[in-house]
Amino acid sequence: MNRFLIPLAIFGILVGFLFVGLGLNPREVPSPLIDKPAPHFELPQLHEPDKTFSQKDMLGKVWLLNVWASWCTACREEHPVVTELAKSGVAPVYGLNYKDRREDGLAWLRRFGDPYRLSAFDIQGTVGIDYGVYGVPETYVIDKRGVIRYKRIGPLTSDIVKQKILPLLDELNRA
Amino acid sequence: MLVLLLILGGIAHAKEAAPAAEDPVVERRAMALAEELRCLVCQNQSLADSNAALAMDLKNQIRDKVKRGESDREIVDYLVARYGDFVLYRPPLKATTLILWFGPLILLATGLAVLFYRLARRRNTAEAELSEAERARAARLLEDGSEAGPR
Repeated sequence: MNRFLIPLAIFGILVGFLFVGLGLNPREVPSPLIDKPAPHFELPQLHEPDKTFSQKDMLGKVWLLNVWASWCTACREEHPVVTELAKSGVAPVYGLNYKDRREDGLAWLRRFGDPYRLSAFDIQGTVGIDYGVYGVPETYVIDKRGVIRYKRIGPLTSDIVKQKILPLLDELNRA
Repeated sequence: MLVLLLILGGIAHAKEAAPAAEDPVVERRAMALAEELRCLVCQNQSLADSNAALAMDLKNQIRDKVKRGESDREIVDYLVARYGDFVLYRPPLKATTLILWFGPLILLATGLAVLFYRLARRRNTAEAELSEAERARAARLLEDGSEAGPR
């Protein structure tokens, strides 16, 4: 009996591993930036090119940085969620307009609405590289000390906002 | 729109490929590095193989760094700091990657151990199973082969 049970058990374990492994999303690469200081940047603003925006301006506040682009279809998908989150006023939402043309970015905001306090304009995508961006949209939660506490690769959904982001913002705001 | 994007993509590609010919030594080193790094947008390609916009940008970053005289180690660390060990095709040996590195070896060793254990046991049991009566019968058979029996 044993002679059949042991291989069967091993087979069962293998199936279990495969079942879990194949169910994982290979796009969800753990970011090495979690719990590290948000990389420094200073970029012109999208609406007012003469003014700049830096992550340093936000020290002392809990905030969200949402990486978006007019060419990114998933950004359109998450747009209502970002808008709702921004309206709730739990934390200010700033945009990083990534590898976009200024007029395209502005037109996109006019068409779908602008949920951001302001958007920084990263035409070269160099700030994106510093933040490890590889699949727009991406969203970062940054705490009062300027440390990245959470990163979402891909569109935000209301489930993620409810289960992950809002509780984290609450906790960080109290800290 | 799509056509426009394709055309623009083509132009951008042509522009970004330009530095490749500049200095063959730099290019060779940059490409050797890019072969070892995974493209995050298209995960089954290396940075060297990929034409994704991000892969292009990263290759340009690598070229710049090679030109500035940074070591391979520094360049790889730069990318790992941003994208994690995942960009490396050869992950480093750390506590979290021990199973990855030694798991197959452990499995192989376990398999061999089980195999030898079974073989050894089979040999022992085979020898022990002949009783005295059987031995006597075997001896008779060998001597004259006279015992009647079904053939």
